[in-house]
Amino acid sequence: MSTTERLIPDRLRSPMEQKLKSWETLLLLVAIAIFVANSFASPYFLNAWNLSDATFNFTEKAMIAFAMALLIISGEIDLSVASIIALASTAMGAAVQMGVGTPGLVLIGLGVGVLCGAFNGLLVTRMGLPSIVVTIGTMSLFRGISFIVLGDQAFRGYPASFSWFGQGYVWWVISFEFVLFAIIAVIYAVLLHKTNFGRAVYAIGNNATGAMFSGIRVNRVKFILFLLTGLMSGVAAVCLTARLGSTRPSIATGWELEVVTMVVLGGVSILGGSGTIIGVVIAAFVMGLVTFGLGLLNVPGIVMSIVIGALLIGVIALPRLWSMWRAD
Amino acid sequence: MLKRLITSREALLIGAIVLLLVLISTRFPGFVRPANLANVFNDTSPLILLAIGQMIVILTKCIDLSVAANLALTGMVVSMVNVAAPGLPMAVILAVAIGLGALLGMFNGILVWKLQIPPIVVTLGTMTIFRGTIFLLSDGKWVNSHEMSPAFKALPRTDFLSLPVLSWMAIIAVILFTIVMTRTTLGRAFYAAGGNPHAATYAGINVGKTQFWAFTISGALAGLTGYLWVSRFAVAYVDIAGGFELDVVAACVIGGVSIMGGIGTVAGALLGALFLGIIKNALPVVDISPFWQLAISGGAIIIAVALNAQANREKGRIILKRAEHAT
Repeated sequence: MSTTERLIPDRLRSPMEQKLKSWETLLLLVAIAIFVANSFASPYFLNAWNLSDATFNFTEKAMIAFAMALLIISGEIDLSVASIIALASTAMGAAVQMGVGTPGLVLIGLGVGVLCGAFNGLLVTRMGLPSIVVTIGTMSLFRGISFIVLGDQAFRGYPASFSWFGQGYVWWVISFEFVLFAIIAVIYAVLLHKTNFGRAVYAIGNNATGAMFSGIRVNRVKFILFLLTGLMSGVAAVCLTARLGSTRPSIATGWELEVVTMVVLGGVSILGGSGTIIGVVIAAFVMGLVTFGLGLLNVPGIVMSIVIGALLIGVIALPRLWSMWRAD
Repeated sequence: MLKRLITSREALLIGAIVLLLVLISTRFPGFVRPANLANVFNDTSPLILLAIGQMIVILTKCIDLSVAANLALTGMVVSMVNVAAPGLPMAVILAVAIGLGALLGMFNGILVWKLQIPPIVVTLGTMTIFRGTIFLLSDGKWVNSHEMSPAFKALPRTDFLSLPVLSWMAIIAVILFTIVMTRTTLGRAFYAAGGNPHAATYAGINVGKTQFWAFTISGALAGLTGYLWVSRFAVAYVDIAGGFELDVVAACVIGGVSIMGGIGTVAGALLGALFLGIIKNALPVVDISPFWQLAISGGAIIIAVALNAQANREKGRIILKRAEHAT
C-alpha cells in the first residue's frame, strides 16, 4: 500500500553472499540451533526411533504446504485444506463400511481431494470470487458435510493393508510417509523452479495482468494450483486416516493455520510473487522439531500453538522491525 | 428512489428472512410467536455485536479472525476477576471487558498499521495466541457457575422493558454504530480507507490508522461480548465460542459486506446475523440435526459472496473489458 524507494546498488551481491544472507540459510541455522538445544534439553531426543516418530508431526502438513506454497506465490490462498482432509477421510470411512478395499480407499481419498480443489478453483477462477472468502466458506461446507454424515460417531475398521500408508516403514526407521514427503518435495521443487509452469506461477503472483498479456493463461494456472492443493490434501487425508485408524469429523482441526504458518515461515511472501520449496522444507523441519522438542518437555499442545502463532507473526514482523530500526 | 430501496441488499435480506420465517412456521407455527422471536433475537445478540465490529474491519480491506479467541480470553479474564473479587461493581467488570478487548484489538491493529503485516496472517496468529493464553491463565480449568457472583451472572438476563439486557446491548450497538458510520468523520474514513486507499491517502486520511481503529472497535465489541457470553452461559473455559469467527464473517458476507472493502452497512451486518441466528434456532424445532449448521453456514457464505460479486458487477457499464475477464 505504501510506496517504497528502490535503491539500485552499485554492485550486485556475489552469488555466494546472496546464498549466505538468504532467508533459507537463516532458517537452516534456526533448525540446527533447535536441534542442538533439543538434544541438550532432553536425553530422549537423540534416538533414531524418536526422531523418526517426530517426522510424523510435519510430513502430512508439509505435503499440503508444498502445494499451498505455489498457491500463495500465485497470490491466492486455500483455507479449506483441513476440511478437505475431513471430507476425504469421511468418504474413505464410508467406503470401508461398504467393504471397499485398500486401492479403492486410496483412490476415493485422492478423488475427493481433487473434487474439493476443483470446486474451490471453479468458484475462484470462473466466478472471479476472492479465494479467501470462498475457502472460508468451503472450510465450513466441507467439514459441515462430514458432521452431517458422522455427527458424533466415528468410522473405524480400516483394513490392515491400508494402515501401512500411515504406519509402514520402508527401511529401518525411514517411514513410508517420510519417503513420500521427500518425493513430493522434489517434485514440487522441480515444478516450481525448473519448469515453465513454475515461472508462470511467479509471474502471476508478481503481476497477474502483466502475466496475462505475456500469454500466460492465468485462470488455468490458478485452477491447476487449486486442484493440486486439493490433491495434496487428499494425500494427507490418506496418510493421516491410515495413521489414526479412525475418522471423526473433527479430524485435522486447525491444520490450515499450521500449513499456512509453515509456508510463511519458509519465506514465501503472503502477498505472492516470491518463495522457494527448499524454504518450506526447512520450515517443516523447524516446526516439527519445535513441536517434538516441546512435547518431550511435557508442554501441552495448546501452549505449542502459542509458539506456532508467535512464530507466524514473528517471522514476518522481525525482519520489518529490523529494517525499520536500521532506517532510523 | 423507491426502486432503489426495494432492490437494495437490505430489502432483499428482509424478504429472505420473512420467507424463512414463513417456511418455518408451516412446520412449527409456535416459532413466529413474538416471545419466541424475542428469544431468537436475544440468542443472536452476541453474533450481532461481533458482526458489527467485523463489518467495520472488513470495510477497511482487513479481516479479524481473532474475534472469537478475543471473546474467550476476555470472558475468562473477567470471570477470574469476578472469582477473585466478587464484590467488584458490574460497571468495573464491563469496563475491564471492553478495555481488555480493545487492547487485544489494538495489538492486531498495531501489527497491521505499523508493521504492515497482512491482517489475515496477524489475526490467524493472534487467534491461536489468545486461545493459548487462556490455557496458561486458567491452567485448562473451568470457571463454573457456582464460583461466579450472582450479580455477575444476572446482568445479561435482567429484564428491562420486557427485553433482557443482552438484547439491549445489541440494539444499542446497532444504533450507536449506525450513527458512527453515517454521521461521523471516523465512519466515513472507514468507507474511504477501504473503498479507495490511494484516494483516501490523498484526501488526508491515514489508512493504517483507520484500520487500527477498526481493529480496536472490533476488539472492544468482542471483549464486551466475552463478558456477556460467560455470564449468560455461566461458564468459562478455553474452547468457548470455538470457530465462532467463521459465523461472524458469514454474517457479514451474507449481509452484503464486500470482502474487497468499502461496501457494507450496520443494517446489513444485523440482518446477516439474524438470518444465521434464525436458521440456527429453527433447525432443532423443524427436526433437522444441529450437525447441519456448519454446512449450512458454509453454503450460505458461498452463495452470498457469489451474489455480492454479481450485484457489484451490475453497477455501471463496462466500457473497457478488464484484463481478467478477457480469458
